[in-house]
Amino acid sequence: MKNVQKNKIKDIFLNYGVILILYFVVQLFLKSGSVSSLMKGLLVPLCIYSILAISLNLVVGISGELSLGHAGFMCVGAFFSASCSMLLKGSSLPPMLIFFIALCIGAISAGFFGFLIGIPVLRLKGDYLAIVTLAFGEIIKNIINALYFGVDKNGWHFSLKDGTAVALGEGGKWIIKGAQGITGTPKYSNFTVGIILLLLSMLFIQHFIHSRTGRAVMAIRDNRIAAESIALPASKLKLLCFTISAAIAGIAGVLYAHNLSSLQALPKNFGYNQSIMILVFVVLGGIGNMRGSILAAVVLTLLPELLRSLNDYRMLIYAVVLIVMMLFTSAPGFIAFRENILHRLFRKEVNA
Amino acid sequence: MSLLEVNALGISFGGLKAVDQFHISIEKKELYGLIGPNGAGKTTVFNLLTGVYQPNTGEILLNGENIVGSSCIEINKKGIARTFQNIRLFDKLTVLDNVKAGFFQENSYSFIEGIFRLPRYFQKEKEMSDRALDLLSVFHLEEHALDLAGNLPYGKQRKLEIARALATNPSLLLLDEPAAGMNPNETEELMDTIRLVRDRFDMTILLIEHDMKLVSGICDRLTVLNFGQVLTEGKTQEVLHDEKVIKAYLGE
Repeated sequence: MKNVQKNKIKDIFLNYGVILILYFVVQLFLKSGSVSSLMKGLLVPLCIYSILAISLNLVVGISGELSLGHAGFMCVGAFFSASCSMLLKGSSLPPMLIFFIALCIGAISAGFFGFLIGIPVLRLKGDYLAIVTLAFGEIIKNIINALYFGVDKNGWHFSLKDGTAVALGEGGKWIIKGAQGITGTPKYSNFTVGIILLLLSMLFIQHFIHSRTGRAVMAIRDNRIAAESIALPASKLKLLCFTISAAIAGIAGVLYAHNLSSLQALPKNFGYNQSIMILVFVVLGGIGNMRGSILAAVVLTLLPELLRSLNDYRMLIYAVVLIVMMLFTSAPGFIAFRENILHRLFRKEVNA
Repeated sequence: MSLLEVNALGISFGGLKAVDQFHISIEKKELYGLIGPNGAGKTTVFNLLTGVYQPNTGEILLNGENIVGSSCIEINKKGIARTFQNIRLFDKLTVLDNVKAGFFQENSYSFIEGIFRLPRYFQKEKEMSDRALDLLSVFHLEEHALDLAGNLPYGKQRKLEIARALATNPSLLLLDEPAAGMNPNETEELMDTIRLVRDRFDMTILLIEHDMKLVSGICDRLTVLNFGQVLTEGKTQEVLHDEKVIKAYLGE
């Protein structure tokens, strides 16, 4: 049992300690001014992708379902929260409070959409969730591209046709202007906020996994029939897990929305490719392995930028790295090799 | 009143009557055997009793309450737990967690308490672990508590399945071919375990088995099923020497 205690402490360090240490190291570099502006611009996206990766890992790794629309939930979180902070921008509330309210709105709205989708789909067995979420991601993007949302003295105005259908009164302003999206979002996101949200998401997910609910979700993943035979409500628990995951993806969206001054629902940021990218983080990091997802998200976000100087060969090297990482995490021969090396290293330490 | 009373139970799949006019009556603390040739409908009976299938006819009375129409989950809560013919464990969870998953319905602490790790979380988790270890020690599995269930040897996986079923605190335990794939030594050990379970937990056990040594060794009474119908029932030794039963197994 002593070993268990030791393992727990090691786990806590690897889960949170490493992120904190990296944070302080980066802060140190930032203070000394040795970080290029390109890298500075990548710090918040790193947090965003890490949060997305662990939130998707909750669905793929813990509940054993496949979601191909996580960028869609991110999109919902981003637009709801950006609208919220646009509405509150002129008010006398302190910025951090506005951001906090926007954060809650973003998480709740994304969670709500996850819940709605999950109700019918998670009652079924099979890959239906992947199909429906894939469609959801595309639909939500297109709806937002067609949505006009303005506010004036008379209240809120919505239109799905075009901007002229909404006659804004005097002093009215557009919040969402169709394909132009939201412009002038206040910039509340920074690296510190990102790291805090990443740590909180990680904490939430880890505590969820190691609670009786998380245990039940994993039991259902391993064997649904057996789980129902010991009275685990399979559909309900999967729905809960999926809702949490969608809400956390929403939080990533909030961070995204408040990192740039203009927010548009483009295929580039909320499209199918983005959802697949998040899935790639999860698969490469190891399904069910939260730390691995973060690592994969960081490496695969940094890599294209670091290789920028190589121009044409950039994507070639990127592809090679993907394959090597996949082998490293999944191929049985490679795993044996890796463990052999770790074992030897460990032995030497003991001898010395 | 008997613990389980089944009358005129029947289900058909398409035109096939898989189980027809099935009846059984099991007393408390009894070790009851359900035997029959392959395809006789034994596992179908189990699936009917646990709510996997809904019967077309008949009634299932558990402690006098009709449980026909209840879902798997409700039936487990009412006190029937089962194991499976082909082992169904939570392979990627530890042995300990497999048993702890069985405590879920007790609602020992809420979701919020789990996320925020309030004192009740630690207290109840500790309590659950202790109870799970107690249960595992009955089956001599306590030294494997932290191994993954999927890595256990076959015989121990069977035992773990029984331990997990017991974690839901049932009044009736259904074992579907517990000795399948076991060698004679393991079967011998399993017989002791099943007896131990009955005596220690005051458990009523209904088991399906093909191994006649096990059946004649531990069952008090038997029901023989053939082509979905009850061929005969009664005391183990009488049933096993019944000519009809021998014919059903060996042919004319």
